[in-house]
Amino acid sequence: MLTIPCPWCGERDVHEFRSGGEAHLKRESRTDNLSDAEWADFLFLRANPKGEHAERWYHVHGCRRWFNAVRNTHTDTILAVYKPGEAKSEVSQ
Amino acid sequence: MRRYSILALARNALGYHEGWERAWRAPEPKPEYDAIIVGGGGHGLATAYYLAKEHGITNVAVLEKGWLGGGNTGRNTTIVRSNYLWDESAALYEHSLKIWEGLSQELNYNVMFSQRGVMNLAHNLHDLRELKRRAHANRLNGIDCDFLSREQVGEYCPLINLSPDIRHPVLGATLQRRGGVARHDAVAWGFARAADARGVDIIQNCEVTGILREGGRVTGVETSRGTIRAKKIGLVTAGHSSVLAGMAGIRLPVESHPLQALVSEPVKPILDTVVMSNTVHAYVSQSDKGEMVIGAGIDPYVSYSQRGGFNVVQDTLHAIVEMFPMFSRLRMLRQWGGIVDTCPDASPILSKTPIEGLYINCGWGTGGFKATPGSGHVFAHTIARDEPHPLNAPFSLERFTTGRLVDEHGAAAVAH
Ligand SMILES: Cc1cc2nc3c(=O)[nH]c(=O)nc-3n(C[C@H](O)[C@H](O)[C@H](O)COP(=O)(O)OP(=O)(O)OC[C@H]3O[C@@H](n4cnc5c(N)ncnc54)[C@H](O)[C@@H]3O)c2cc1C
Ligand SMILES: [Zn+2]
Repeated sequence: MLTIPCPWCGERDVHEFRSGGEAHLKRESRTDNLSDAEWADFLFLRANPKGEHAERWYHVHGCRRWFNAVRNTHTDTILAVYKPGEAKSEVSQ
Repeated sequence: MRRYSILALARNALGYHEGWERAWRAPEPKPEYDAIIVGGGGHGLATAYYLAKEHGITNVAVLEKGWLGGGNTGRNTTIVRSNYLWDESAALYEHSLKIWEGLSQELNYNVMFSQRGVMNLAHNLHDLRELKRRAHANRLNGIDCDFLSREQVGEYCPLINLSPDIRHPVLGATLQRRGGVARHDAVAWGFARAADARGVDIIQNCEVTGILREGGRVTGVETSRGTIRAKKIGLVTAGHSSVLAGMAGIRLPVESHPLQALVSEPVKPILDTVVMSNTVHAYVSQSDKGEMVIGAGIDPYVSYSQRGGFNVVQDTLHAIVEMFPMFSRLRMLRQWGGIVDTCPDASPILSKTPIEGLYINCGWGTGGFKATPGSGHVFAHTIARDEPHPLNAPFSLERFTTGRLVDEHGAAAVAH
């Protein structure tokens, strides 16, 4: 993975981006309603798959906008990129 | 096992070195064992060795999907030290360092442990405070640690660039003189040979593909070489820990990242210690062959590619060349990556799991080589007694729910 296609700017060197980790994590707005185990799940437990991974990226040295990508973590091939708010792309089943 | 000695060397020299026996057998897997260790890296092999030696459990198999030490054990930059901040970690890493000091004798295998000192550099006021705090904490825990001024750094390691007007000037350092490096493959091979001599079956090219359970407890594993049963199973698969735990339906607080290293062409001895810098993210030592062994920071995204990005190598070399301007003319020979299992608190997990008979040893991230013997020692205890050794009790899976984290991001040397 030498380049990443930013959905706003197009293909750019990987050096311009910052990884934001697993995408689509949902933070409960009333965290005081969560049990310790549920809170630990949100804070610490991650999918960490060997295969398709939905993740966030930040184009820090470019448009400075966030977006999502689906990448195969075994081959580091990016399968899709999509903007925040858009549904996880069709590519990932 | 025929012991290695000067006499054995002489005897075999007379026979043109054709009489050496294999270092370990290559047995076919049995249908059932008392315990199975998944992962033939240093930690898995050490666990098997101590199960046999300390607990009399010799009907054990180590299952390795590739070759022994082909994971992070054979890919790491081999720095060994115990200068961690918190009491819990200091005790665990120091336990390991003490075993290192007698390990070649114990295993009858030269692991080439060389206590040449490990220096951690400070580049700004925050670093200075942080390192001094850690030096004091180390001493309170009976761990050797000196604090060096900028001038003393220059005396101890004259190669370092002490110029005050570089981007990250060197302001001081801690020095653990008992720290150093070891020969990574020898650690895997030494533990394998010693475990094999006590009856442990070491089975390479055997990938675990499933974990069998009945009523909340483990009963065995599916492998590329058939089903193998056991009532106790230890998972010691570093970068692949989430994959293995996932086979048993367990989610881990671990993420897998590439960590890269590279070596230069060999040159005459010029660097006789280990130099590490947290701030600029680079560490370097010189191997006995003369190569500069250089470690980078992790690639920041989750990956199992064992490769990593070129930009990370570039950043590391920028830092190395600023610290050691004369290295700018060295050519690099090889570069590689390993997949490290990072934990949110930069401390390992050595723990029972919610499944009876299933134990996990992971989360060592960028710094588990130094802990290989101690980790195997306490993990064997955990498996044999079905309860943690006092030294690994704080490193349970539950700490992420109770909040009793052991935050070692400062001492971990590679940020993540
Ligand atoms: C570039 C680099 C530099 C490092 N530098 C240092 C350092 O200077 N000092 C330090 O202390 N630490 C360092 N580390 C970290 C250290 O290497 C690791 O923490 C340590 O070696 C882990 O040992 P292990 O035995 O747990 O894992 P590994 O040696 O990775 O062994 C795990 C084994 O499990 C096997 N496996 C995986 N899946 C399966 C399966 N399904 N079935 C069967 N087997 C399986 C793998 O093939 C592998 O051999 C570094 C790591 C890297 C990558
Ligand atoms: Zn952009």
